[in-house]
Amino acid sequence: MSFRRFFSFLILTFALFSVSVPSFAQEASSHEKEDMAPHNADVTEAGAEHGAHGEKKKGFDASEVIFGHIGDSHYWHFFDVNEHPVAIALPVMVYNKNTGSFDVFSASKFEHGHAEHMGYHLEHGMKEKIVYGNDPATKNNLIDFSITKNVLSMIISVVLLLWIMTSVAKKYKKNGTMTAPTGFQNALEPVIGFIRDEVGKPNLGHKYMRYMPLLLTIFFFIWINNLLGLLPGGANFTGNIAVTACLAVVSFLVMIFSGNKHFWGHLFNPPGVPLGVKFLLVPIEIISLFIKPVALMIRLFANILAGHIVILSVISMIFIFGALSKVAGWGFVPVSLAFSIFMFFLELLVAAIQAFIFTNLTAVFIGQAVEEAHHHDYEHEEYHKENPATGQGYNVSEDEIIAL
Amino acid sequence: MELLTPDLGLFVWTLIAFLAVFFILRKFAWGPILKSLNERETGIAESIATADRVRKEMADLKNENEKLMMQAREERAAMLKEAKETRDKIVNEAKDVAKVEANKIIADAQVQIQQQKMAALTEVKNEIGNLAIEVAEKVLRKQLSTDDAQSHYANLLAEEVKLN
Repeated sequence: MSFRRFFSFLILTFALFSVSVPSFAQEASSHEKEDMAPHNADVTEAGAEHGAHGEKKKGFDASEVIFGHIGDSHYWHFFDVNEHPVAIALPVMVYNKNTGSFDVFSASKFEHGHAEHMGYHLEHGMKEKIVYGNDPATKNNLIDFSITKNVLSMIISVVLLLWIMTSVAKKYKKNGTMTAPTGFQNALEPVIGFIRDEVGKPNLGHKYMRYMPLLLTIFFFIWINNLLGLLPGGANFTGNIAVTACLAVVSFLVMIFSGNKHFWGHLFNPPGVPLGVKFLLVPIEIISLFIKPVALMIRLFANILAGHIVILSVISMIFIFGALSKVAGWGFVPVSLAFSIFMFFLELLVAAIQAFIFTNLTAVFIGQAVEEAHHHDYEHEEYHKENPATGQGYNVSEDEIIAL
Repeated sequence: MELLTPDLGLFVWTLIAFLAVFFILRKFAWGPILKSLNERETGIAESIATADRVRKEMADLKNENEKLMMQAREERAAMLKEAKETRDKIVNEAKDVAKVEANKIIADAQVQIQQQKMAALTEVKNEIGNLAIEVAEKVLRKQLSTDDAQSHYANLLAEEVKLN
């Protein structure tokens, strides 16, 4: 019963997403109209005003749209109306190493990248970034702590997550433990149970309860951010390498700090290995230790980024064809929509799968770090015991005894 | 390549947010939720165990009841049988006693009948004897009424004696 309800919730989410796809297309179609019928005046005006932007105005530049979306920004840009971007300017907070000051102001001061404020201005490369002045030696000498689009998106998802989880927890407290779950509690319970039974218990053994809060937080944090990233106009939060790096660092630190004697012993002094091989094996082991978080970081980043790029590419196809001829543009709409709907479905799946994989691998790595001595230790003298009465030999470890 | 270089700002914000979420949820959400889940699971397991135990107890009770019923039934049958036997015995005994008594009565009656018969026969014999004597007396009286007759008879008797 509870699974069916969760399933219908998923269907609803799918439906909501597929409904929002056309609006996504509409948003872009305002671009289309401008791009397909460029006024000469506009071009010259743009050329004069935007400089580098001017040449892009001649056709539809898919890479600008795509990189504009997947990169971080100091605006939350929704769409353009008659060349005027509809966007929320976000607060800029910059620590300037040149002046040693911490400057806070609204990004609206930049006037969408056209103006300079307090010596700062926006530079649009692959990523939008704030620079100080024009001197190459000092212009990048600052740390940007701005509440960017990604940070704001994360704050929204954090608030959502806290609200959902605490209300569910309240329901558990209110209804008592032996009442059947209702509502959102019912939707979350199988997921929490799944993380506990399929991720926590198999990988961490009897110590799983200690790591469950971490695993659950990682899973839901990634999942909700993946899902919010899929919303049209949403930020590409989990497809940003700083985010995945942060999560990977957290799970790496947890893994390092929960490593027991057995784990470090096997890492730096693998038992039963000839000395010569040790010189080869230990560096490999150490490298593999650091590769684990790097793999975590890149896997999530690349998956989500690729998903966003593919969806945007498929949508951009409409405008690429539209730039060739109006008929081709309209003709490509159904194909493009079908593709993007398919991709949205796939990305919904990927959102959950990547969250699960990140959580599961974290659990696996922690599991390796907290693993107790096992079968392969039997060759050690101390693990071998014998019953003096019967002469029966036993292999004894901390939690099991096996007769020989 | 710019995409692959993490921004320190976003990294720091993510770290702060993640840790905040982790600590808040650990205290206010995961703790209570996991506790409830575990409690419910152990509760359900216990309930199932209790139900099984009760079912077993019920089955045991039923068995015991059936055993008692069987025993009662057997006892009833035995009692009935015994009663029947006692009744038969009493009846038979009564019959025997009656028979003996009847035989005795019959024997007594026969003895009495025999005695009565003998008495009657004796009486009849006596009567007949008396009658015969009376008749003989009358005949003798008539025959010996005269002196001739008396002397003739006496001679006859005397002759008889002589002969002897």
